[in-house]
Amino acid sequence: MRALRMMLRKNQMSLLEVKDLKVRVEEREILHGLSLTVNPGQVHAIMGPNGSGKSTLSHVIAGKPGYEVTGGQILFKGEDLLEMAPNERAAKGVFLAFQYPVEIPGVTTWNFLHAALNAQRKARGEDEISSPAFLKKVREVAKSLNIPQDMLKRGVNVGFSGGEKKRNEILQMALFEPAVCILDEMDSGLDIDALRIAADGVNALRSPERAMVVITHYQRLLNYIVPDVVHVMSKGRVVKSGGKELALELEESGYAQFEDAA
Amino acid sequence: MNVVAKTETGRALGDAFTAVRDRLPGKGKIVDQRQQAFEAYERSGLPHRRIEDWKYTDLRALMREVLPLAPAPDAAALDRATAAIELRAIDGVRRLVLVDGAFAADLSDLGSLEKGLSVRPLREVLDAGDAALSAQAIASDIANPMIALNGAMATDGVVVDIADGTVLTRPLHIVHVASGTAPVAMFTRSLLRLGRDAGVTLVESYLAGEGAKAYQTHDGLIVSIGDNARLDHVRLVEDSVDAFNISSATVSLGAHAHFNTFGLTSGGHVSRYQLTVTCAGEGSKVETNGVNLINGKQHADTTLFMDHAVPHCASREIFRAVVDDRAHSVFQGRIIVRPDAQKTDAKMMTRALLLSDDAEADNKPELEIFADDVTCGHGATTGALDESLLFYMRARGLPEKEAQALLIQAFVGEAIETIVSDALREVAIATAQRWLEARA
Ligand SMILES: Nc1ncnc2c1ncn2[C@@H]1O[C@H](COP(=O)(O)OP(=O)(O)OP(=O)(O)O)[C@@H](O)[C@H]1O
Ligand SMILES: [Mg+2]
Repeated sequence: MRALRMMLRKNQMSLLEVKDLKVRVEEREILHGLSLTVNPGQVHAIMGPNGSGKSTLSHVIAGKPGYEVTGGQILFKGEDLLEMAPNERAAKGVFLAFQYPVEIPGVTTWNFLHAALNAQRKARGEDEISSPAFLKKVREVAKSLNIPQDMLKRGVNVGFSGGEKKRNEILQMALFEPAVCILDEMDSGLDIDALRIAADGVNALRSPERAMVVITHYQRLLNYIVPDVVHVMSKGRVVKSGGKELALELEESGYAQFEDAA
Repeated sequence: MNVVAKTETGRALGDAFTAVRDRLPGKGKIVDQRQQAFEAYERSGLPHRRIEDWKYTDLRALMREVLPLAPAPDAAALDRATAAIELRAIDGVRRLVLVDGAFAADLSDLGSLEKGLSVRPLREVLDAGDAALSAQAIASDIANPMIALNGAMATDGVVVDIADGTVLTRPLHIVHVASGTAPVAMFTRSLLRLGRDAGVTLVESYLAGEGAKAYQTHDGLIVSIGDNARLDHVRLVEDSVDAFNISSATVSLGAHAHFNTFGLTSGGHVSRYQLTVTCAGEGSKVETNGVNLINGKQHADTTLFMDHAVPHCASREIFRAVVDDRAHSVFQGRIIVRPDAQKTDAKMMTRALLLSDDAEADNKPELEIFADDVTCGHGATTGALDESLLFYMRARGLPEKEAQALLIQAFVGEAIETIVSDALREVAIATAQRWLEARA
């Protein structure tokens, strides 16, 4: 009886809960009490004008230094995420696909991914994955995302086109199999075919246990990755939430109506 | 009046020389050469910061005491040395071992020498009284005080000759080991003469036996590379944390000769490596690359003097320093292009990575160009690890130290990659890896 109740509670527990989050950057408050609850299996879309704080939110969730959280909290599976180092968050299953992935000269993509995956596994108390097993796995994923093998031999993102960098982010997401995926403008810089391939990659990862937060400016992406919930962010707050039709509405009317609400 | 104030250490060195003079190898003229070399040293004494070349490495401040000359190693010392050597053994090389400044024949591979290769201990050469050779070994470059001191005090070393047209596939590995137990000073001097069209790879390592005290290694290497000959050189300084290593190498290249050298300093308390390379023959080519990986209170100085004396020569320098804690890295690179040296192509790039707020790196590239038709350039940068890269890597699950390690490997990789031999490149990578692991 007690076990059942606990199981129920566990199932009900949201995967990611952002509560009244206030964040400052260099003395300026960017997020003014933002709340967001993401349950397992859900896909949330966040839309909002430039500078409304979408990337800031994604960075704070991933643990980027330089942000001062002055209020609120972020829970991941009920645990306080803000107490954890970025690498701990990654090992627990938080993944951010960056809006602007960085280039790391001299560190091959292959080497980097292998080291990162093993670091995550080690942190979780799992066995390390051997080079051959890793190679096999990464090749499969790369193939499904139409990423040529030789890209894996190059420095991380070095000399990659904008679209290739984005595909490399999806590759990592598929490889790490995280519980929460935050995709910050994964569609920017992708051509039509690449967008479909990347979106297919994301959709393939949808599962009842996993959740996605898709940050985008374009409704088009949401035709491929169909969201359960759409949020509108403006000036550091979520000002409206609704179903997938909200995205279509925004496409029609723009953000002007929310400027005042914020 | 220009009186050189003698420090305690300086005076003690004078006493040390007087005390051991009669026991040093070589008679007659060699004794005079030693005396001249010592007097040359004494004129300036221990170099200090007011001497431009020694601005960042003030030996008067750093080298507080003079240690007694190391006694000849006994059986126990040789055992400790053997253990240290085995830990850093490199496959496929011909090992030539100097323990506490004395050639250790029993620990060296002197069997079945290739045709055209000759290896002799310096002590034997001096005792045999070869005037021309001993003049080179004792009395050369005495304008530099530490080279002069090294010549005056040299007890042993190896003298290697490689005949014209002899290309050795098996690298030579000179291993300097301080066997430990008592704090002592060692003075060694080695010579390598490569004939025309000859070729060899030379590895030099500096190691310490377990529990080695604050010893001082003074070493000198004199190299001549004949016309069309090639020397590949890898130097690994892994002295113990209290050790001093004051070394110099003087290399001259004949026409169309090629010198590729790489140095990695990860050990020692205070080290100074003075490398002087002279392109004396047209069409010669030089690559001098190096890496410092230092932490704690280490001080590592590489001072390069690249002398383009004749036309149509090329030189490249890639130097990388990784400096943690309160360590201090120094790279001084002076390229001189003499009036006749038209069509010289010389480039030098030095970069330092500071891993802590107290770490320090001094990069001093200098170009002195007296010819007008040349391509020369240099650059120097100093900075910290890129935070945005570190965050990206951590967001992928890498702990901070591991993320740093990958970035550091990439940073030094550019210099390490210049090592031609795959096997030796792996040795350098493994050495860097050990340093990174010790940090984690
Ligand atoms: N390091 C920083 N220093 C100063 N201001 C910052 C910093 N980072 C973000 N900001 C400011 O915070 C605000 C929100 O930026 P953020 O990048 O989160 O917006 P966004 O919603 O992702 O915009 P976009 O749609 O253009 O990507 C902007 O006004 C931005 O200038
Ligand atoms: Mg953004």
